[in-house]
Amino acid sequence: MAEVKQPDGVQIDLISGERMDGLASMEKIRMILDGVRDGNIVILEEGLSPEEESRLIEVTMTEISPDEFNGIEIETYPSSESGSSGLFDRLMGNDSNKKLTVIGPANRIETLHKDETLIQTLVSRT
Amino acid sequence: MGLLKNLRSSISRAASTLFSEEESKRIGIYGPPNAGKTTLANRIVRDWTEHGDAVGPESHIPHETRRARRKENVEIERDGKTVSIDVVDTPGVTTKVDYTEFLEHDMEEDDAVRRSREATEGVAEAMHWLREDVDGVIYVLDASTDPFTQVNTMLIGIIESQDLPVLILANKIDLDESSVQRIRNAFPQHETIPLSALEGDNMDEVYDKIAEYFG
Repeated sequence: MAEVKQPDGVQIDLISGERMDGLASMEKIRMILDGVRDGNIVILEEGLSPEEESRLIEVTMTEISPDEFNGIEIETYPSSESGSSGLFDRLMGNDSNKKLTVIGPANRIETLHKDETLIQTLVSRT
Repeated sequence: MGLLKNLRSSISRAASTLFSEEESKRIGIYGPPNAGKTTLANRIVRDWTEHGDAVGPESHIPHETRRARRKENVEIERDGKTVSIDVVDTPGVTTKVDYTEFLEHDMEEDDAVRRSREATEGVAEAMHWLREDVDGVIYVLDASTDPFTQVNTMLIGIIESQDLPVLILANKIDLDESSVQRIRNAFPQHETIPLSALEGDNMDEVYDKIAEYFG
């Protein structure tokens, strides 16, 4: 039987803010972790809320398993406006937390450099 | 008339109890692994409690603290006033745990696997405490390392989103390669206080700020 050749590359899922808007928090986290556990790089156009980021860390921790899944690497820009965004702004939906977010398997994505305006990462195939 | 008088005095007593004997605020000590959180927690507790038992063991191996530990009613005196806090030392937060990294610290594989399992549970526990159970945060950073990491960015964002008071401490200033300014640049929206929890440097200012932020 002919061997099925696996594609030699890295799958990148670019997920729009519109697609994420329709999902509940746990659905977003599940979608991200399912993609990452398949070895994909997930890029979110508008990122997650701080509460969702907190739950993503928590759920990731429960799924880490030796020799199988080491966790995630996640990168966003530091939010320079977060300190000035008050409770009122957030209640009124003036959310300044929307930020491009890159998430990948910890063993395949490595951050080379990060500052307020630039994130450089290295993605390996295996 | 007597009834009204009694009612008024009961309300007055209840109000005075409510406002004069404030409960200790639970202050979570957060930060990445190996920032010196437990060293700081131990120093605070040793400085301000009679018997000064350690909150937990200190170690250079990451994830030494794998359970949140609370020391209740630590009373810090500043300017004639007493501020009472519960010190909650939490496991270092990360998004990944690789047991093979523990093997580099001369650990047997079984121990490394067990430590990584406990570490993941500890991080999940720390995140839960942050969302549900703390009234303020002391965020500890190792001033000799780069503060522009995702864990720091996310955690500060999570703390800000909950409107918790946060005091950023630049620890390990006793190390030559430390840079407090680098931390100030990374989080300009917050005040950063330098210290060495290990050597006890600048602890007076740290206690002044704890009283100011959490008193």
